Amino acid sequence: MSLFTAEHLHKRFGDQVVLEDVSLAFESGAVSGIMGPNGAGKSTCFNVLTGLHRPDRGRVTFDGEDITGLAPDEIARRGVSRSFQIMTLFDEFTALENILVALPEVRRGLGRPFWQPRADAEAIEEAREVLAQVGLEGRAGTPAAALPYGERRALEIAVALAARPRIVFLDEPTQGLGTEGRARLSALIRELRHRYTLVIIEHDMGFLFGLADRISVIHWGQVIAEGTPGALRAKDRVRAAGPGRTP
Amino acid sequence: MLTARGKVPLVTRQMLVFFALLFSYPLWASAVGLYDYIGVEIAIWIIYALGYNLLLGYTGLPSFGHGAFLGIGAYAYGLSQLDLSGGVWIGLLLAVCAATAAAGLVACFLSHRRGIYFALMTIAFGQIFWFVAIKWHGVTGGEDGLLNVLRPELGLGVASISLKSNTTLYYFAAALLAVIVVILWRVLHSPFGAAIQAIRMNETRARFLGYRVWLIKWSVFTLSGAFAGLAGGLFCLTQESAYPDVMSLHASGFVVMMTLIGGGFVSFWGPVVGVIVFFLARDLLGSVTEAWLLWYGLLFMAVMLFEPEGVAGAWGRIAARLGSQKVAAPAAGKEAST
Repeated sequence: MSLFTAEHLHKRFGDQVVLEDVSLAFESGAVSGIMGPNGAGKSTCFNVLTGLHRPDRGRVTFDGEDITGLAPDEIARRGVSRSFQIMTLFDEFTALENILVALPEVRRGLGRPFWQPRADAEAIEEAREVLAQVGLEGRAGTPAAALPYGERRALEIAVALAARPRIVFLDEPTQGLGTEGRARLSALIRELRHRYTLVIIEHDMGFLFGLADRISVIHWGQVIAEGTPGALRAKDRVRAAGPGRTP
Repeated sequence: MLTARGKVPLVTRQMLVFFALLFSYPLWASAVGLYDYIGVEIAIWIIYALGYNLLLGYTGLPSFGHGAFLGIGAYAYGLSQLDLSGGVWIGLLLAVCAATAAAGLVACFLSHRRGIYFALMTIAFGQIFWFVAIKWHGVTGGEDGLLNVLRPELGLGVASISLKSNTTLYYFAAALLAVIVVILWRVLHSPFGAAIQAIRMNETRARFLGYRVWLIKWSVFTLSGAFAGLAGGLFCLTQESAYPDVMSLHASGFVVMMTLIGGGFVSFWGPVVGVIVFFLARDLLGSVTEAWLLWYGLLFMAVMLFEPEGVAGAWGRIAARLGSQKVAAPAAGKEAST
């Protein structure tokens, strides 16, 4: 059974249909890709899957449980984590602090009485490990706002990983990155795929084709093609829909 | 903010400096032309402003009706003295409880709001409480308020002290303020403190990390109401009266201006500075002209235009320019200290 599924999702804003009968399934341990041109409904799809929008119709399940219509924080606490296309960091916090607030035990520490000392050493140790995973171990003390763009992108992903998720949704992680940055990110995701279940939105076909186990192509709010990169490469329709760079 | 810089000390070096000034104040006040009573006022308003800054500076939620909770604290204390004559401690406890309850109730309506909607609703609620205070003659005494709330003896278990003298009252208020400073510092360096700052910087991300944002907003609003209630109780104790004016919109605006002038967004100590500036301005400008608020308002506008991070922000920059980055500059930022 798939770890995360969407069944027949419909979503409209006003009289604009954004998602029409979208069904997706993401397997545990795999890298899944969602591809499509800008405005195809990819981000709306992510927002429905992670609880920002409630679907008009359809069902979302995680680990066999129906999570349709749950609030984003409830879905997050179940182990669904995400990054954002538009950078969503805690800018005045240092890189390490960004990770720290994302750690589940720090979040759960909220209910602890304020006068009790906290077992911080472990949390800090873990936060450093997460930073190291994305190659930012040397930037622990730098405020997020002061990091160069590529490192902010990496931190954006690291914050999502710090939540110790069972599935991670990455929304256009290559947004704004140059060729070199994309190559580095691609290497990073290759590392992460051994440890995490990943779902990546991307309009750059080349990027996804090299990484994903399975790709779903969304166009005009519908899934128009699905399969392994090899199978999709053969299909002309995909090329028609994808304005991105070909590999 | 959080814990990344190792253990959070219970009392920091900046606190020691502050406490030294605070508790020695009656010794040097008259030498610089000040007096004990203004010290009491300043101590009370610092409690109020520090609690308020939890909301404005740390969580980024602008409340423009916070005077309501100061007022409710004052009325609760006053009523406890007039109707129950329960003494200072009971009175202050009731003040805190009443303000906390009111803030908790209001927060239920606010915790799902942000930005301008949040701000407008705080004004609306502030006005409701103010109106009730004026109209509910039987309880609040209407526009006159509660009068002749005499200062009782302060029971300390083994002995009791008269608070009739302003000097004694000052030491009492200063002691409470010191405790509040330690508590607030601790709260801000707890996971809760990290969470409220995370919400200020990026509410969406906090929510997607699993934080129950509305609950945290509710808690911080209620908590800051509690501090306002304590300040209100002390206010009534000091003034020997409680009246609707402290709940009015312009009085609620004072605490906002104090926090901003001092630099509540960049420093824990911002509100402290802001309160001192306000009261000094009131006394110094007020001795020259009745229209001192006009000048204070102009000062506020000048600060917002040229130094939006307030006195603390300016201080932080000057300290940095003097090359003292290595030594953590006092008030140079929430992070500067340990």
